[in-house]
Amino acid sequence: MFEWFGLVSYCPHTKVAGFAQHLKDGRLMGSRCDACGRVSFPPRADCPDCRGAAFTFTEYGGAGTVVTFTRIAAAPAGFEGRTPFTIGVVDLDEGGRLLAWCGGTLDEAALAIGQRVQVVPRLFEELEAIKVHYTLEAPGTTWAKA
Amino acid sequence: MARVGIIGCGQTAFGRRSDATVQELAFEAWRAALDDAGVEPDVVEATVVGSVPEYHKQRSLPGVIQEYLNLNPRPVWLTEAACASGSAALRTAWLEIAAGVHDVVAVIGCQKMTELETAEILALMGRVGDVQWESGFGTTFPGYYAMFARRHMHEFGTTSDQLAAVAVKNHHYGAANPKAMFRKEITVAKARASEEVSAPLSVYDCCANADGAACVILAGERAARALGKDRVVWLDGMGCASDSMSVLRRSDLTGLPSARAAAAQAYAMAGVTAKDIQVADVHDCFTIAEIMAYEDLGFCGRGEGGAFIDARGSYIGGAHPVNLDGGLKAKGHPIGATGVSMTCEIVSQLRGECGPRQVPGASIGLTHNVGGIGQYCFVNVLRRD
Repeated sequence: MFEWFGLVSYCPHTKVAGFAQHLKDGRLMGSRCDACGRVSFPPRADCPDCRGAAFTFTEYGGAGTVVTFTRIAAAPAGFEGRTPFTIGVVDLDEGGRLLAWCGGTLDEAALAIGQRVQVVPRLFEELEAIKVHYTLEAPGTTWAKA
Repeated sequence: MARVGIIGCGQTAFGRRSDATVQELAFEAWRAALDDAGVEPDVVEATVVGSVPEYHKQRSLPGVIQEYLNLNPRPVWLTEAACASGSAALRTAWLEIAAGVHDVVAVIGCQKMTELETAEILALMGRVGDVQWESGFGTTFPGYYAMFARRHMHEFGTTSDQLAAVAVKNHHYGAANPKAMFRKEITVAKARASEEVSAPLSVYDCCANADGAACVILAGERAARALGKDRVVWLDGMGCASDSMSVLRRSDLTGLPSARAAAAQAYAMAGVTAKDIQVADVHDCFTIAEIMAYEDLGFCGRGEGGAFIDARGSYIGGAHPVNLDGGLKAKGHPIGATGVSMTCEIVSQLRGECGPRQVPGASIGLTHNVGGIGQYCFVNVLRRD
């Protein structure tokens, strides 16, 4: 089900495909290595520290801080109708980073490095196929979980 | 380790070349390099091709190039390291000679970026990052460098005017380079007024896709002497490093750790420091990339790249003249050819052949060629005895 992740999915087959199912259920998941306990976000199947092959998904709260961002005016295939759109890189409080769109509860024009944000799991509700992603929202934004 | 030098170099003009196939472009560069070296093809024992295959209709490009150059059955293969593919080919040829396998090897960097339809280019543009975690959000090359620029501005106070000043310099020198794609001067005001691509970068912060080829012929020291070559430029410092594909796993968003690592290797091997570099060609795929390169190469301190261009430190007469061929910005960026073309430019500078854009008396130069957003970086120190 990893083909659910992202507006355009290039990478349907992965050992962490369960990530997209959890995201659909409203849960943002990192991975914890079963052997050494290392936590990774984005999740990964193979531990870079101990080379362990077994992992368990672990839920993230999703609070974080904006590290950098840009507003993209010239877009690649599949994103033409959405320009301009703003993407930001966020350092998660629980470790690791993600890249996501700026969501509706934030003022894109006022977005700043160092700003606190909440990562919120999202469905593309206008699309018929199941497609999931996450957005950067104002701290305290809540959402439903399955 | 045997000393390896460049005995000949040549390149096509860069720009839109709707009149030629990629192997025809390669032949132009090859012919120019042979003429420059004053050797016949029979001394060249092997070829290495640097190119990025997904831009070409022809699959497995080295096969058709080696055939068209009339060099079968001598060995050939492709090296790929995104926009640093040309420097990867150069390094491979250097290794072949340094290892004692061959005495003379040709390096061909080539790219035809105008064969594809716009839709195909937009599709490729969507896969430049980590496709698993980033591309699904519509990231682009300018987008990544824009995020570096935003962070550099935040930490060091770098301005859009300083970014534009890099473009102004590179167009200034590009105007004097007959091989350059854009041969006209621009102003900071014109650059600042250009259309936004990915904030804070606009059109004049970005280099242009181009067609073109470049070729250098390498020889080991003994072979160069045996051929009677007395104006050899030596590859005395060869640095190469890597970093994460994903921007999510970068330790630094204001510079390229791979560039710093590659520079440290190249300086150590050549027995020089940054202050010894008299002329450099650096990878200005975006204006912010040149400012980061000043810092990563040690031409100025961390965060001082904006002040360095303001003080004209990268102009002729400054501490470290940079991109006197116009850089990727004005010369154009046929991605597989770029690293080899940079090498041609520094060879020409060290031989004193660059006319109005010559650094007087330069004997030590440097190339800095980045693949992707720093996944690969090659830094080489070149010297004329």
